[in-house]
Amino acid sequence: MNAVSKNENAALARPQRTVLELEVNNHAGVMSHVVGLFSRRAYNVEGILCLPVGDGSISRIWLLVLEDRRLEQMVKQVEKLEDVRTVRRHGADHAVFERLEEFFR
Amino acid sequence: MNAPAPQTARQTDAAPASETLTGAQIVVRLLERQGVTTVSGIPGGAILPFYDALSASEKIRHVLARHEQGAGFIAQGMARASGQPAVCLASSGPGATNLLTAIADAKLDSIPLVAITGQVPRSMIGTDAFQEVDTYGLSIPITKHNFLVNSAEELLEVIPRAFTLAASGRPGPVLVDIPKDVQAQAIEVSQWPAPGGRQARPAPDMAAIEKAAAMINAAERPILYLGGGVVHSGAAEAAVALAEKASLPTTMTLMALGAMPVDHPLSIHMLGMHGARYTNLLLEECDLLIAVGARFDDRATGKVAAFCPKAQIIHIDIDPSELDKIKNAHVGIAGDVGEVLEKLSPLVEAHLRKRWLTHMGDLRSRFRLQRPNLEDPRSHYGLIQAVADCLDDSASIATDVGQHQMWVAQAYPLRRPRQWLTSGGLGTMGFGVPAALGAALAEPERTVVCFTGDGSILMNIQELATIAEAGANLKIVLMNNDALGLVYQQQELFYGKRYFASKFAGQPDFLKIAEGFGIDTLDLDTAAAPRAALRQALQRPGPCLIHAFIDMNEKVYPMVPPGAANTDMIGG
Ligand SMILES: Cc1ncc(C[n+]2csc(CCOP(=O)(O)OP(=O)(O)O)c2C)c(N)n1
Ligand SMILES: [Mg+2]
Repeated sequence: MNAVSKNENAALARPQRTVLELEVNNHAGVMSHVVGLFSRRAYNVEGILCLPVGDGSISRIWLLVLEDRRLEQMVKQVEKLEDVRTVRRHGADHAVFERLEEFFR
Repeated sequence: MNAPAPQTARQTDAAPASETLTGAQIVVRLLERQGVTTVSGIPGGAILPFYDALSASEKIRHVLARHEQGAGFIAQGMARASGQPAVCLASSGPGATNLLTAIADAKLDSIPLVAITGQVPRSMIGTDAFQEVDTYGLSIPITKHNFLVNSAEELLEVIPRAFTLAASGRPGPVLVDIPKDVQAQAIEVSQWPAPGGRQARPAPDMAAIEKAAAMINAAERPILYLGGGVVHSGAAEAAVALAEKASLPTTMTLMALGAMPVDHPLSIHMLGMHGARYTNLLLEECDLLIAVGARFDDRATGKVAAFCPKAQIIHIDIDPSELDKIKNAHVGIAGDVGEVLEKLSPLVEAHLRKRWLTHMGDLRSRFRLQRPNLEDPRSHYGLIQAVADCLDDSASIATDVGQHQMWVAQAYPLRRPRQWLTSGGLGTMGFGVPAALGAALAEPERTVVCFTGDGSILMNIQELATIAEAGANLKIVLMNNDALGLVYQQQELFYGKRYFASKFAGQPDFLKIAEGFGIDTLDLDTAAAPRAALRQALQRPGPCLIHAFIDMNEKVYPMVPPGAANTDMIGG
């Protein structure tokens, strides 16, 4: 028996994680707009973090997602949202979610 | 100055003195300032303050639809015919949910629409109040953008912005949800914002345009592939000019029909699932595909991996997310297609391309669209041709969704951008009748013809009342095959002839229905001289329903089976 199960396969080739940093207008609907783009594509968002910055008119959203071939298109779709000002991509080694993990133990 | 900048920068016109106005009055005034002259909708409790204010407007005509989906499609018809954002209205709850299909349809076909909905008062939001639904939440995935307005002041910002968003970049629907108390809230207004409008795009990448020009100049078998974006951008003339200069055979998507006249020598007409054989065969051979304002929709491409397998791809689109979405482009250019074509054309060398064009002509004559019984005005292609014979290019042509739609797309001689109104992306049955009314309202000088089916017409039949009331110059050609024809065709071809739920056992008398609505009728099947009767009916001003039975066993051919390559065509 040397067939590798699907799950084992996935575990071996652990998908890369990507951190997205969004700057958005801070109002009640913006979060829905952003996560809606992911949910309608059945693209799971592994982690979300959002806080206002500066005078509160703008928020920063951090998203932790698994990289797959749809990511390019996802980022373009997020960029298209009216309330999203900028999108930056970071590698999985970005500290923001790593430091947060402390609260999830 | 009509490039609106954010917030205070566009507070232009000072009112003579400040006025006290309600939110509802402010919206009416802002719509008037936008130049809106016709809106369509249905009132209800949560939007009554707005309707009350609208009743005082001398500039805006309200067309009372009989179903909010009808109102949405009436507005779409106005927008598709004119290219300008159009407005539809609905109350909260069921009014708003009834609008959703028309909004989703506008999203998929990139139609500029501003939908204004009433909402329960702010204090009652979230309490499951009477006729409360989450209109904002429901409309997120089907609008380009949406607003839930929090104060009368905000309206001064939101309404012009809604128009700017609807019209700028890739056009689309914008929804503005206004709680009833915000409509009633009175504030002082001393200055009016500039109307919203189409904003200029960042200039396209010149290096990419140069690269594209070089690719076109070097290509031996190029094809120009036009999509709806060419119509939206007003770039049809520029596209035809480029095709002529570089001798580019030109195919159009369903949405682009009319961008190049059907009888232009370079036109190879519609591609894809119901494109002519020669069109799909020629595409198979091209070595360069120049996609302009087209989005590689699956009905156009067939199996993507097998679409234009030998071609390099240039893709020009105003929406950067369309580039590389379905097919990776060798050169992708984000920009307004009209502007890009203007910059591209001078760099493209004049070329006769005799060999390629000869080959095009050869394929065309061997594999052109088959239109059996063309001389019989009671056959499907014959009827379409007979209607066209009575009209000139000033007529606008709308369709519903089904076999009749595809036959008209294949066979009606469209020669003008915005001549053609059809539901492409969403493929919504019920689109035709109200959208055609919208077109007739926007351009009353034109004759508008709506080809519809016995299934589709029943999905918005109530708008016959609106049409009769408006006395619109609209001719409805009902191709009645006693069936959901396109479904019936698929069951025959792909489901072992297991026909199910696609044939109508009982049918209403459509002529009596039209009469009951006060609409003129013509029964083509009993007319002694059908051609003459048809001509008369089309030339008599005002609405008319023209009825013709069509054999349910007629097919739309050729047909690419869903998921197959475009070269695997059945029939035709
Ligand atoms: C709202 C909606 N429901 C279902 C469909 C699926 N559908 C596509 S074509 C079609 C049949 C249309 O019948 P009809 O209007 O009589 O046109 P025909 O094909 O017979 O010409 C159906 C049910 C659709 N496109 N839109
Ligand atoms: Mg039918």
